[in-house]
Amino acid sequence: MNAPTVPADPRERPVPPLGGFSAAVVGLEIRRLLRNRRTVIFTVVVPVLFFLLFGLNSAYATDRVGQGNESAFIMISMALYGAVLATAGGGAMVSVERLLGWSRQLRITPLAPAAYIAIKMTTSLVLSLAAVLAVYVVGMATHKPVMPAGIWVATGLALWIGSLLFAAFGLFVGYLLPSENVMQIIGFALMLFSFGGGLFIPLSQFSHALRMLATFTPLYGLNQLVHYPLVQGAFDWAWAANLVVWLVIFTAGAIWRFRKDTARV
Amino acid sequence: MEVGIGDRRRWASRDPAGTLPPAIELAGVHKHFGDVQAVRGIDLRVEPGEVVAFLGPNGAGKTTTIDMVLGLSDPSVGRVSVYGMSPRDAVRRGLVSAVMQSGGLLKDLTVAETVAYTAHLFPSSRPAEEVMARAGITEIAGRLVGKCSGGEQQRLRFAMALLPDPLLLLLDEPTQGMDVEGRRSFWAAIRHDADVGRTIVFATHYLEEADAYADRVVLVRRGEIVADGTASQVKALASGRTVRATLAEPDDAALRSIAGVDRVEVRGSSVVVHCADSDAVARYLLTETNAKDLEVTALGLEEAFVALTGDPDSPDAAPTIRPAVGR
Repeated sequence: MNAPTVPADPRERPVPPLGGFSAAVVGLEIRRLLRNRRTVIFTVVVPVLFFLLFGLNSAYATDRVGQGNESAFIMISMALYGAVLATAGGGAMVSVERLLGWSRQLRITPLAPAAYIAIKMTTSLVLSLAAVLAVYVVGMATHKPVMPAGIWVATGLALWIGSLLFAAFGLFVGYLLPSENVMQIIGFALMLFSFGGGLFIPLSQFSHALRMLATFTPLYGLNQLVHYPLVQGAFDWAWAANLVVWLVIFTAGAIWRFRKDTARV
Repeated sequence: MEVGIGDRRRWASRDPAGTLPPAIELAGVHKHFGDVQAVRGIDLRVEPGEVVAFLGPNGAGKTTTIDMVLGLSDPSVGRVSVYGMSPRDAVRRGLVSAVMQSGGLLKDLTVAETVAYTAHLFPSSRPAEEVMARAGITEIAGRLVGKCSGGEQQRLRFAMALLPDPLLLLLDEPTQGMDVEGRRSFWAAIRHDADVGRTIVFATHYLEEADAYADRVVLVRRGEIVADGTASQVKALASGRTVRATLAEPDDAALRSIAGVDRVEVRGSSVVVHCADSDAVARYLLTETNAKDLEVTALGLEEAFVALTGDPDSPDAAPTIRPAVGR
């Protein structure tokens, strides 16, 4: 075996570009995700099943909604549900990685903490894209959802990018709770948020008090915004305010816990 | 016995001009966690190419010190540098890497994927096949990490640590919890690699490991260095001897009155005397008593370790020592 060689002065060795972020590492993270069958089922398969269950009902599926129909409206809701589950789950992976000591292991490599977060976010976005595409492709195949082509693209992009809000949520919770069960907690929280945001049941069917409460939950603003290209009509700035406030809360929380985690005590 | 891994001359091939700053320099390092003083003033200089054992009982401050050398924590007081730079800079340049005690692996990646993942984090690294061969894990490359034994996982950590071709390799109790075979193959892998002349610092409380693999032993106790030298120098520091003889009714008081005797133990029909002057004890036993089967032995490193790290104020707080197995 040849002895490894080193530069003339090893102190001149380079540091990695982008703090160690690379497509190859993201690729390995995705392979890891796909190996976890439960994650794939819950983020990709379940939203599709929900759409098939609720989005094709002939009693209302073809009712007109804005630029399209009710089936398209429900398809967007279910794609959003899958997308946020994907990003929240991806963010929450930090919890298990801290528990296993992997985060500590990474700290004796050149990987910068910010690059680690970027890897998690990118991986989450890939999974959430898969979740969105799965629902949209199945929706297209059923020929039930109807809306102009541009709105398919606009809503799909909006909810894909919007799902980043929940990557911040997942990171926050993942850093907060060092637990193997963090995925169950995230799944339960997102189920509640989905009801609150009106993804599963129209908020108009809630009592007035419950409806008022629901407008303050984290999926409410995002859900209204991603449906806007389809529904159109009056724009309510409260939706944007809801999104911004929760984005600030989740991001600040994630940064706070992240700083605490990487602080050299 | 096979050749130990410490041979400073090997370093000549990597630093011919001898221009590199010390691999590790700790100056007046203290570290406390709240009220707990983990490290209380360590000064240590490790030259490039040295193989150093950091020997001490649990809680002596070994891991705390290694964490500071790796930049995982900062000293409360004092200064740590690695090849003349901050530990974090040395880590970012791949100059220093480590094999940690436990944890630190993802169970849902394969061995080869874990190596590839780590390799991608460095701007340049040794080929994955090479480090896996060096660590002896080529045959299990496709296995999920969660299905590997403790020894296999430790060799995987070793392979990962080799990727950047580090100048300094830190091993924190690397064979903790391994069986005899795992320990043997782990040290075989380390020994195989040592020819390239890396600086190696390993923490251990296995005395045999320190004796067999290090050319310098730094003995730490309660956050301080209590001895620093070759294994034989450290043994000489606790330069006592043991005299053992078969004797029915030893006169305890008479034995204790001999100059240099510090402990007398009666074990059944034999007596064991720990002393500085074994000749005086032997002369007494053979001339004044009817003792027979007399044996005189020098202290092993293990006894030296007890003598130097044991807490004289509270004998109950004696350090945990496990005899090294596999000899």
